[in-house]
Amino acid sequence: MNAKPKRVTIFAGHYGSGKTNIAVNYAIRIKQNGYPVKIGDMDIVNPYFRTKDSAKELSEAGIELISPAFANSNVDLPALPQQLYALVWDKNYYAVLDVGGDDRGAYALGRYANFIKEENDYEMVFVVNFFRPLTPDVTSAIEVMREIEDACKIKFTAIVNNSNLGNLTKADDVLSTKAKADELSKKTGLPILFTSVSEEVGKQYTADDKFAMTLQKKYFDIKEI
Amino acid sequence: MSNKVLMKGNEAIAEAAIKAGCRHYFGYPITPQTEIAAYMAKRMPKIGGTFLQAESEVSAINMVYGVAGAGYRVMTSSSSPGISLKQEGISYIAGADLPALIVNVQRGGPGLGGIQPSQSDYFQATKGGGHGDYRLIVVAPASVQEMADLTIKSFDLSDKYRVPAMLLADGTLGQMMEPVSLPDIEVKEVEKPWAVRGTKGERKHNIVNSLYLNPEKLEQTNFERYERYAEIEKNEVMYEEFMMEDAQYCVVSFGIASRISKNAVVEARKQGIKVGLIRPITLWPFPKAVLKKAAETVKGFISVELSMGQMIEDVKLAIDCSRPVVLCNRTGGMIPSPEQVLESIKNMAKEVK
Repeated sequence: MNAKPKRVTIFAGHYGSGKTNIAVNYAIRIKQNGYPVKIGDMDIVNPYFRTKDSAKELSEAGIELISPAFANSNVDLPALPQQLYALVWDKNYYAVLDVGGDDRGAYALGRYANFIKEENDYEMVFVVNFFRPLTPDVTSAIEVMREIEDACKIKFTAIVNNSNLGNLTKADDVLSTKAKADELSKKTGLPILFTSVSEEVGKQYTADDKFAMTLQKKYFDIKEI
Repeated sequence: MSNKVLMKGNEAIAEAAIKAGCRHYFGYPITPQTEIAAYMAKRMPKIGGTFLQAESEVSAINMVYGVAGAGYRVMTSSSSPGISLKQEGISYIAGADLPALIVNVQRGGPGLGGIQPSQSDYFQATKGGGHGDYRLIVVAPASVQEMADLTIKSFDLSDKYRVPAMLLADGTLGQMMEPVSLPDIEVKEVEKPWAVRGTKGERKHNIVNSLYLNPEKLEQTNFERYERYAEIEKNEVMYEEFMMEDAQYCVVSFGIASRISKNAVVEARKQGIKVGLIRPITLWPFPKAVLKKAAETVKGFISVELSMGQMIEDVKLAIDCSRPVVLCNRTGGMIPSPEQVLESIKNMAKEVK
């Protein structure tokens, strides 16, 4: 986690795999590590769970957020702001890109693909949660990976294991997915960048290079009775 | 270790429907329920089922009518404005005595409204919506797990009584993610001798229809249907009681509102107010008896709703207006906070002695 980041770090993956949460936490972390950061919300599929939910925390951390003008409003408009080009072109900043879910969400990234590949200083991260019903195993995860790559024209370069069961996640649950993550890494030849866990789970999870995420945004956050 | 998966409410509905033996889904995308259609589009072709994105909601509900007439488990889903479009078809399905599941992941209204959660289709779901004398079995989940469990239950009830069922959720439940356990269930094939599947020349043909040229026959059909409704009211009421044993005040809320309300009830108890909660799980049949019984000891009721106050009318009817009933609400896509509900409970404890 403390290695020098690539100029552009892209988080893509299956719908609901945790991309936004990781992107926001990752941006805050590399900013804390002393790198100037901007974060871009590229999701044109889902009008909920936006990077913008963390606007306050990002702003406090001194990170500029570039998101669609109507994000988090009733306007369900699939359009990206022109300012997103700044993330790709302005090399004075490190860019974190939060891409929409699945191949449908990844199409939007395609329009920046040529610039990103030309600069060739990027990490294209596949976020996987093996507890999601449509990516329960390595085969289905690879299927989603290939669909996303076809849609956005950028190949993945790394994997993040974000396997979790929401609030009920135990360190053992995460541990139970380690073998799958390792197999995914082996089959695709891609390194595991880190295993992301909540701060709470992180206290118990010691198996490998972990990223304990301090910020946990939820769509509906109420104490469970 | 766990056999659970992390699902959105919308995905849980879709997967549960598949578990329940539903192999036919017809719909049209609308936020905040589009994940149901997206999930079905991915899954149905892999298991030999049918996913079809119709050209409109009207068309989708009529495809449901067709498959229901053939006696197969079938589902459609939409959100409030789309459900309004389906009402004609729903009335036809009810009039033809067919089982089917209609899912409404409600959003703010009226009109196009907004994409944030709401419970303001309560009247539409429980009082008709379409034309004519008919009822839907209306079931209201309050968690992602219940989105799954009650989808399966709704298919069973719908088949059992030949009455279309509606799963009435909201945008919050549709979008939120929670761990879910989806047990492999054994789908009980229900005999459907009325189904239109071809006679093979072995029997008289069946007719699925809602048109009656003879008014005596139509009246008789309605009478018979209402006998079935009476059976449902007798046998199928579902509700949850929470901290009601010694309650002097009672919060009534369903779906996502009940989750918020429970936090308020627990907090009010800490502050010394004896309050409990009754959560209708079936909105029709409405749990009248348990409310009526509660009114014997409870001094006042608070109906917590994400609407301008719709269920509150059924609460008043259930207790014959024998106790004060007040409304605690937000609408238009806004959600009441536990603090707002707590304030309402404290006010009632102060004013209703």
